[in-house]
Amino acid sequence: MELTGAEIFVRCLQEENVDTLFGYPGGSVLHIYDALYRQDKVEHILVRHEQAAVHAAEGYAKSTNRPGVVLVTSGPGATNAVTGIADAYMDSVPLVVFSGQVPTSLIGNDAFQEVDTVGITRPCVKHNFLVKDVKDLATTIKKAFYVATTGRPGPVVVDIPKDITADKCEFQYPRSIKMRSYNPTVKGHPGQIRRAVDLILSARQPVIYSGGGVILSNASRSLTELTRLLNYPITNTLMGLGAYPSSDKQFIGMLGMHGTYEANMAMHHADVLIAIGARFDDRVTGNIEKFCPNARIVHVDVDPASISKNVKVDVPIVGQVDSVLKAMIKEIKAGERRPDPEPLENWWKQIDEWRSMDCLKYDRDSELIKPQYVLETLHRLTQGDAFVTSDVGQHQMWTAQFYGFDKPNRWINSGGLGTMGFGLPAAIGTQLAHRDETVVCVTGEASIQMCIQELSTALQYHLPIKVVALNNRYMGMVRQWQEFFYQGRYAMSYMDALPDFVQLAEAYGHVGMRIESPGDVEGALKEALDMKDRLVFMDFITDQSENVYPMIPAGAGQNEMILL
Amino acid sequence: MRHIISILMENESGALSRVAGLFSARGYNIESLTVAPTEDPTLSRLTLVTRGSDQVIEQITKQLNKLVDVVKLLDLTEHRHIEREMMLIKLKVQDADQRAEVMRMAEIFRGHIIDVSAATYVVELTGDSDKLDAFVESMSHFEVIEVVRSGVMGIARGDVALKL
Repeated sequence: MELTGAEIFVRCLQEENVDTLFGYPGGSVLHIYDALYRQDKVEHILVRHEQAAVHAAEGYAKSTNRPGVVLVTSGPGATNAVTGIADAYMDSVPLVVFSGQVPTSLIGNDAFQEVDTVGITRPCVKHNFLVKDVKDLATTIKKAFYVATTGRPGPVVVDIPKDITADKCEFQYPRSIKMRSYNPTVKGHPGQIRRAVDLILSARQPVIYSGGGVILSNASRSLTELTRLLNYPITNTLMGLGAYPSSDKQFIGMLGMHGTYEANMAMHHADVLIAIGARFDDRVTGNIEKFCPNARIVHVDVDPASISKNVKVDVPIVGQVDSVLKAMIKEIKAGERRPDPEPLENWWKQIDEWRSMDCLKYDRDSELIKPQYVLETLHRLTQGDAFVTSDVGQHQMWTAQFYGFDKPNRWINSGGLGTMGFGLPAAIGTQLAHRDETVVCVTGEASIQMCIQELSTALQYHLPIKVVALNNRYMGMVRQWQEFFYQGRYAMSYMDALPDFVQLAEAYGHVGMRIESPGDVEGALKEALDMKDRLVFMDFITDQSENVYPMIPAGAGQNEMILL
Repeated sequence: MRHIISILMENESGALSRVAGLFSARGYNIESLTVAPTEDPTLSRLTLVTRGSDQVIEQITKQLNKLVDVVKLLDLTEHRHIEREMMLIKLKVQDADQRAEVMRMAEIFRGHIIDVSAATYVVELTGDSDKLDAFVESMSHFEVIEVVRSGVMGIARGDVALKL
């Protein structure tokens, strides 16, 4: 039987087992919305702004390791989605974003709501397609899901002109797809794995430095096994938190600009660095000239272009992280050789000394609410088991430092692009994927206002998200940099004319709370967490002058941290 | 160092802009770029000339390989290879002496005069880029009306080949 393009679109999503579609209708996708209306397998979530649709899909994807799916209209629908697409590209989030396009006959005519979506998104997608014939639609959608979810994942955009969604053809969904120009590597080279294991076992002062690739590759278990087998210290990047249990004694904290003293000092003094699914981002390395001066480096990554991009490595292994780690474990277990215990013991002594600096300390006796205290309490009350999304800035760093993630896929933030406004829609996507779990959005009074309209979406779909707003009346991270590097000239970082967030939350049909004293923090969090069926917006009035420590200033080395 | 990178890519609209966009987005330079379909109409062959340290060239080839439309590539400068570029150059020739000299120089450079008018000659010349530069140099006392160069293309010698 012949189906219309719109019907084919819906059938393809069903074939891909898509249960949730984030979107916003408009002229050029009306046929598709009509086809969605006539089925009940794919649930469509109506956001209030297309950027939020993409962030919500990211939250869905990051918390499940399944692709997030988005549908937007042409023109402004597509351009509004670009920030989210760029965000997903930087953090390697598997997404398939469908955009409507004006009819093929009008393309290039500056038609109403026309924009060159393929051109605009080209630099921030893994790949994109313009469908020019309804006969290509099913195959293109199959390719889009395949490219988005394999190799190094990323967003794929499929631009569909309106006439294609009305045209008809026979529907057949391809079972599998082969692309001669796209063959991501899975298995690591056995010779390289042997060389890596040799180097790893010869280490006297090793550090395992693992990133978001471990989580994307579902390799948390293998990473934990390898780390314990070796008894080596491990640090996680911002994107990699939760891949190794942070409560474990071998975990030395996050590294990088706001990483722990022990993690950064260990990196600086390491003789062998084992980088796994991490990309040597500038927020991790600090000044590249001063980065890990004595280390020989093993780097495991599925993306060959990530290897030796910023830092030259000694033993590169291209392959899927989980597959490579399993091969490494097998190789170690098959041999007799184990790490030399004596230097390792001394190394641990040194690390414990650095640890004893207690670099994350803060004033616990303050009469003002310390943001760190809110997050520690949140951790305790949720047993570190909540899904936590965040926006971008100080609150994001404090969450990374103080929440203490023990499981992968629980920490959902915008790492690479650093997109304010990410947190709330990401929490929506996360909660939709995990209806019965606790989902918390940690945010600030500045970030939350960038996508606050999504409080409406949360109400419509009964999503009992807990919003923890750390309200210091400043764009905190901007203020911190202005304090440190601009002699306290706080240009435009003060958040004047703030709304009353309690009333605002209530206006949206939610529960609002304002918490102004440290003694009320725990009670308020408990009360909010107990409201299993309501979104609660907690407006914590925090210490305005609090800064994120430790900090490696831009251009400095890992051993040149500013401590409190 | 100067590198000639030959790329086989899907003959699809947008493939060229992916390659060009990659170079501008990552701050790599392109000295020349030439592209045309191959004997297999689904494939285009693109040849580009770029400059950079070994590390930059390694990144360029990795990033190119990462583009989904790129099927295969070869850095010709890593192999024994032949490079060719074609040039058409229009010169003002005002008298018999000048005509004779252009004809003589064209012959020395194994070029051809492919268009003649009352006051102009068009010379067609093929060779590596240095040879074309040398010809332009040798015409410096003539008035050069316009020059069009194809950009470099190349092929590896012997058994090495860029094919599927």
